[in-house]
Amino acid sequence: MVGDILELAARYSVDGADELVFYDITASPEGRSVDRQWVAEVTKVLDIPFCVAGGIRSVEDAEAVLNRGADKISINSPALENPDLIEALARRFGSQCVVVGIDSRFEDGDWHVYQYTGNPDKTLGAGRRTLDWVMEAQDRGAGEIVLNCMNQDGVRRGYDNEQLAAVREVCRVPLIASGGAGEVEHFSDVFREARVDGALAASVFHSGELPVPVLKRELIASGIAIRPTVDPESVAA
Amino acid sequence: MNLVIVGSGGANIASLQAALDRLNCKATLSTDADTIRAASHVILPGVGAAADAMARLRELSLDAVLRDLNQPVLGICLGMQLLAEASEEDGAACLGLTEDRAKLIRSGPDRAVPHMGWNTVAATRSSPLFTGIPDGSHFYFVHSYALPVSGSTIAQCEYGEPFAAAVQQGNYFGTQFHPERSAKAGARLLANFLALDA
Repeated sequence: MVGDILELAARYSVDGADELVFYDITASPEGRSVDRQWVAEVTKVLDIPFCVAGGIRSVEDAEAVLNRGADKISINSPALENPDLIEALARRFGSQCVVVGIDSRFEDGDWHVYQYTGNPDKTLGAGRRTLDWVMEAQDRGAGEIVLNCMNQDGVRRGYDNEQLAAVREVCRVPLIASGGAGEVEHFSDVFREARVDGALAASVFHSGELPVPVLKRELIASGIAIRPTVDPESVAA
Repeated sequence: MNLVIVGSGGANIASLQAALDRLNCKATLSTDADTIRAASHVILPGVGAAADAMARLRELSLDAVLRDLNQPVLGICLGMQLLAEASEEDGAACLGLTEDRAKLIRSGPDRAVPHMGWNTVAATRSSPLFTGIPDGSHFYFVHSYALPVSGSTIAQCEYGEPFAAAVQQGNYFGTQFHPERSAKAGARLLANFLALDA
């Protein structure tokens, strides 16, 4: 399993991915923490920043991951259970490595936060409005927000640009769009319409349907300022 | 090749060591003055606050050692700012190898601080550190303070206003970005540093 992760990580770096996020989405509901040795293995092969998400419930959990070479840690359900954790992590490691992931869904006329989304049987409303939680998380020291729009997740009909634009209005820290990417236009639309700092996607890349070099070439051609995939020939090793 | 990374504390050096490993360079992490003096190349990393890092260097009596090295020295991120005269961050006095002073980056609409992400870097003068790296290449930055563009600047970046992305003063080099996290361009820069004559 780890071998597959390492191979994939190295391929995405060569393809020009700007950052990788490793999700252990089953970690929180089961109350277990991430197996951390794989983080050190990833550090050995990866020459771009990476973030670890899942099962980080304490400063000690975060330290174990960061000391093995991760650049950032992302917390979601544990931050909802214990919002003070955001402050504790930011104080100890700096806001730059504290990412707060938010799973959000539109219901009854507003966006609401959900937790334990890794397990459909345990997923439940967190009793918070999404915009409120974004503001609270950044006030507590989050250095980045990843907003996963659950209505769009997995359907590949585009990011939830309306929600992301609303969050952008209140979000001073980097905002990363997640959920819904299926084609090049979805990426260009979210950058233009919601002014997000980054766009995250998984299945569309893993399936090979949209190779990162193709995506980046087309986004640059459409006038969006991003880092191109570097032709290995242009930088002699 | 006998590269020593200065253990200046608070720094996450796992990714730096991994990047050097990929270049077949086994780095030694040390706070010992003789070990650092005997190194062929010295890297001063740094994540954290300037005042804390300088206090630790003084505690270990490494400030004088680091000022007096003749081999190639590379300061990375905060390590580059430590080479300068001072930092606005808690009013820290630094090593004084250049006359520059690090200043807090001003935030603005669509410009968050810390500055985090990939930005292009433009050469301001020729340096062996950038041999074989196309001008305008992207490097990965994570910082809240920055040094102004000055005579020691060899490459600049822009985030609201221009700042020094890399510096060289004699045998002392510095990069505000993280070469160990900057893909192929970063690996080439580290290889260039290792190729400098001790």
